[in-house]
Amino acid sequence: MADQLTGWLFAVLQTLLFAGTAPLLSGWIKRLKCHLQNRAAPSLFQPYRDLAKLFGKNVVLAQNASWLFRVAPYVVFGAILLAASAVPLVAIPLPTAAIADVIVLAGFFALARFFQTLASMDIGTTFGGMGASREVTVASLAEPAMLMAVFTLTMTASTTNLSVAMQHILDAGLVLRPSFLFAFLSLAMVAVAETGRIPVDNPETHLELTMLHEATVLEYSARHLALIDWAGMIKLMIYAVLISDIFLPWGIARQLTLPAVAVGVVAVAAKLAMLAVLLALWETVLAKMRLFRVPQFLGFAFLLSLLGLLMHVILESAL
Amino acid sequence: MLLAYGAIGAALLSGVTALAADRFPAVLRWISFTLLGLCGLGAVAAGGMVLLTGERMTAQLPCGLPWLNWHLRLDPLSGFFMAIIGIAVIAVSLYGPGYALEFQRPVRMPGTGRDDSREHFRPSLAALGLFTGVFVAGMLAVLLADDAFVFMISWELMSVSSYLLVAYQHQHPANRHAAFLYLLQAHVGALVILLAFGVLAGFGGGFTFHAMRTAHLTPAWSSLAFALALFGFGMKAGMVPLHAWLPEAHPAAPSHISALMSGVMIKVAIYGLIRFAFDLLGQLQWSWGLATLTAGTATALLGVLYALAQNDIKRLLAYSSVENVGIIFMGLGLSMIFVATGHPAIGVVALLAALYHSLNHAVFKTLLFLGVGAVVYRTHERDLDHLGGLIRRMPATALFVLIGCLSIAALPPFNGFASEWLTLQAALQVPVLASGVLRSIIPIAAALLALTSALAAATFVKVYGVAFLGQARTRRVAHAREVGLGMQAAMAMLALLCLALGVVPTAVIRLLEPVTQDLLRLRPAAATVRGWLWLTPVSPRVASYSAPLVVAAMVLTLLAGYLLMHWRRPGVRRVPPWDCGFGGLTTRMQYTSTAFTQPVRRVFAPVWHTDERIEKHEVAPARIAGLRYQLHIGDWSWTALYEPIGRAVLAAARRVGRIQAGNIRLYLAYSFFTLLLLLWLIS
Amino acid sequence: MHPDNLGVFSQGILVSAALVLFTSFVMLAQARIQPLIYAFAWQGALLSVTTALVALVSGHAHLYISALLTFGLKALLIPWMLYRLTQRLHIQFDVEIVSHPSLTLLAGAVLVVFCYYVALPVAQLSTLVTRNTIAVSMATVLLGMLLMITRRTAVAQVIGFMSIENGLFFAAVASTYGMPMIVELGVAFDVLVAAVLFGVFFFQIRSSIDSLDVDRLDRLSEKGD
Repeated sequence: MADQLTGWLFAVLQTLLFAGTAPLLSGWIKRLKCHLQNRAAPSLFQPYRDLAKLFGKNVVLAQNASWLFRVAPYVVFGAILLAASAVPLVAIPLPTAAIADVIVLAGFFALARFFQTLASMDIGTTFGGMGASREVTVASLAEPAMLMAVFTLTMTASTTNLSVAMQHILDAGLVLRPSFLFAFLSLAMVAVAETGRIPVDNPETHLELTMLHEATVLEYSARHLALIDWAGMIKLMIYAVLISDIFLPWGIARQLTLPAVAVGVVAVAAKLAMLAVLLALWETVLAKMRLFRVPQFLGFAFLLSLLGLLMHVILESAL
Repeated sequence: MLLAYGAIGAALLSGVTALAADRFPAVLRWISFTLLGLCGLGAVAAGGMVLLTGERMTAQLPCGLPWLNWHLRLDPLSGFFMAIIGIAVIAVSLYGPGYALEFQRPVRMPGTGRDDSREHFRPSLAALGLFTGVFVAGMLAVLLADDAFVFMISWELMSVSSYLLVAYQHQHPANRHAAFLYLLQAHVGALVILLAFGVLAGFGGGFTFHAMRTAHLTPAWSSLAFALALFGFGMKAGMVPLHAWLPEAHPAAPSHISALMSGVMIKVAIYGLIRFAFDLLGQLQWSWGLATLTAGTATALLGVLYALAQNDIKRLLAYSSVENVGIIFMGLGLSMIFVATGHPAIGVVALLAALYHSLNHAVFKTLLFLGVGAVVYRTHERDLDHLGGLIRRMPATALFVLIGCLSIAALPPFNGFASEWLTLQAALQVPVLASGVLRSIIPIAAALLALTSALAAATFVKVYGVAFLGQARTRRVAHAREVGLGMQAAMAMLALLCLALGVVPTAVIRLLEPVTQDLLRLRPAAATVRGWLWLTPVSPRVASYSAPLVVAAMVLTLLAGYLLMHWRRPGVRRVPPWDCGFGGLTTRMQYTSTAFTQPVRRVFAPVWHTDERIEKHEVAPARIAGLRYQLHIGDWSWTALYEPIGRAVLAAARRVGRIQAGNIRLYLAYSFFTLLLLLWLIS
Repeated sequence: MHPDNLGVFSQGILVSAALVLFTSFVMLAQARIQPLIYAFAWQGALLSVTTALVALVSGHAHLYISALLTFGLKALLIPWMLYRLTQRLHIQFDVEIVSHPSLTLLAGAVLVVFCYYVALPVAQLSTLVTRNTIAVSMATVLLGMLLMITRRTAVAQVIGFMSIENGLFFAAVASTYGMPMIVELGVAFDVLVAAVLFGVFFFQIRSSIDSLDVDRLDRLSEKGD
């Protein structure tokens, strides 16, 4: 009983850690990009300041905004936070991982997207509809690629529970699997598309014709905007943690002892920092692509995960 | 059993009382719909009792053919589907009294706007009530049938009465065309089903289902029987490419009948397929499963893509039914594959997923059709591009439709998600299969299911965003009022069911245990092994989902967020939305339904038969005064399948028509030669 | 053959085999001429890595020579020749319009499943470390053919042809640890000669029909235009 209680307590703490450190990751990426592009870099804590500023402001609401518009940010944030609670960040024994497996995780993301796109159509401006239309198009192409990549992984570990899957990968030790290689590439491409990064979307643009995600939040202000922005940061961190902890689970705590968790925190921080460097490089080297090139990009991600699956069947199974 | 008889009786009685409705409209509203409600209650009670006790009841009625009495049987499978019908019928009976007011008013001829044709085009309330009653009774009787004879008679009763309902608003030529098409397809389908039963009866030596169960078929013959059944029942259920009638016929009927047809009648077809394959044929083969899975995947994907491209909201819902039938077929196909290859434990999970999705689809599709019916009732608009902003005019309907959209888009924690999750989990158990080809095909089908559900989410973002959000696009929509309490109650009941069925999937699975016990001799023991809180289809290690905890956590998060945000109550200022400085946001600036789907249309362009035309009205070179945009989106199955068949039939008919010379002596000669031939044959 | 119970080098064979197949798909998807040549060079390089790894695991020394030969010929020399050719023909930046690119890739995936199905009985008989890669090598051959079918320009056709040859070589390594040395040498020089001949051929087509589009070669048939 005491064990279970510690487990649940730990799950809550870890979720808070997720939410608390997500802006830090975004600040780090921003800083790296600035350095790479020879610009003066903002402080590492700038995202926190932005959020605090937004939370303190008065809400400016469109005259015809309905209740859905005001509820949506809370639903978006809640869904993303729930998703975060199901992902093992620093330790494997996570009771909440059993509540929601990988497929439910995708479901949470879909729920958040559903409400966000609906809210953007509530006011009746052109940009809202445009953003919603583009966002659902990209998402509906990204989802099969993501699930295909996840299926490839789950066929090796024969589970969709993230904790159990990571345990399995740790137990197997260092094994070179062609299917994992493909699944990794595919998942990385999907993550780029889903979190609105270059080359699918540019998080820094407000140019009308190129916006995807930004167009859906144009009408939001103050605390609503803060919640949506924060949810976006957490989502980025979830994808980063998923990629680093599934493909390189080493360092993550296997038991809930203090030293193990401390090692886990350091390990995950190091992995995320490295991944952020890769992302910053990627975003500096590439340019945003046209909207109608995105299907090809995601189609390639799907092909990669499909190849991963076929390689799993052909190369990695006993005859 | 008595309850089931009572239900059928109440349905028929409701139809009979409705005969008086032309004279006294109140009879229809108060007596017929009450009786229909009683029928629904009876059906739910009968189904529920069978599911709870898990026993089978049989009866033989001393009527029918002299050598074949009517055999009836109520077992868990038919009980489950009976409960599905009951739920939808209760909702419709609550909804009906309000909605039927629509038909008490005279209808103007479309387009002319003159009232002189009033007498002629006043729809008959008696017909509506009578055929509704017969239709419901027919569906219930199909479920009770225990011999092919009763089955086919009830099936025809169901088909013909629903044909008359589709043709109900026959003042529109489009509806007459849809009804004719429906009748044609229903009969081709029924003929094929009859052939399928014929194969079984030939081997089993009788038309009772009992005889068919004991029949020993060679694999080839049983495959043939299965193929016929898949074709026949698939046609009724709307399987691609046999689906073309469905999006024509379902929207043509009055909305509450559309709800019954889309929500429930296609479930009867699915019941037929399950009964035929799992119960009557018995020995499943994996190739059938593969065929069903492939057909299901194609149906789901094409259904949702066609749904996405529609602007007519009822047609869109009908296409979305095609999609959901595809998902159910995928579950059935997976179940057949796993059972046939010797993994019944996983086969049970897949079968559960299919049954569960049947229930869910019945609930949310009925809800959506009723909600859309409410919109049509108040605005008389079915075109999405004429609606808008209804969330402010019809708040209750908007809330219920939102719940329906969330469920159909398979979002947690609503019911659509739970059943799709189960389907995916069943698909993910492929590593147990020995065949590598199956191991690579099934995950692809699962990924396509993910694509389907993502596109379904896009579709319903479009529906809700364009119809209920934004600003009203026409004057009638801007002045719409909320509908009456009865209609609201029906939608509220279904919306609550959507949530409840999603939150406690374990309870549904408990209820379904007798069904799988009956069909596959196996209970889904592992699914509820950790109590009602956890859904663990295969084992807790492999996968688990706890909808109650998800809801609890979600409510807690929302509450905490709300409280934190409103601690200090920072002010809210209402201002006009930003119009980019050009002044005046008009409703024409909003994204329309056509615009919303343009990116997806472009990505999946080869799927549709699109005819896009832009006419420029040029007053002088390079000066354009006006643009005219026309978009027609057609279904490939028309040009690829139906039109060639139609042409072939016409050509054949013309050839046969040549013997019709119109000369009386020639006809006498035909009779004479026929007589000679017969005499020669006899001798 | 679960990768968990294999040595690191055997796992390496599987990974590099998968990457060879991946380069085939890249070639199918790539519409531009120069990246197509790079992808082909990568395929050669990966093939030689695979061969070297097979040599390491199986202890067949002659496979090292094959690996070296493959690397020199297919990763360096032929791609370089093709590259020079595109430069001299001024077509290095050309983009080919591939009709239905996603459909082609899907067909490729179906081909892989088909190869798996066909190669299964062969692989079940074999006891070699590389038996699982037989299907992959067959798929490389068929994907090369698919490339030749779907492309119009002569350069892409040649690359498709060379990629078929890569697949055949791979199949030999995977199923029997390579052909006798003399055969391999002969094939290698044949390929080299073919590459040279193709170069000459390109100039001939170009000077006679002003294009490298092989679809326009049908003018030679007697349609009487």
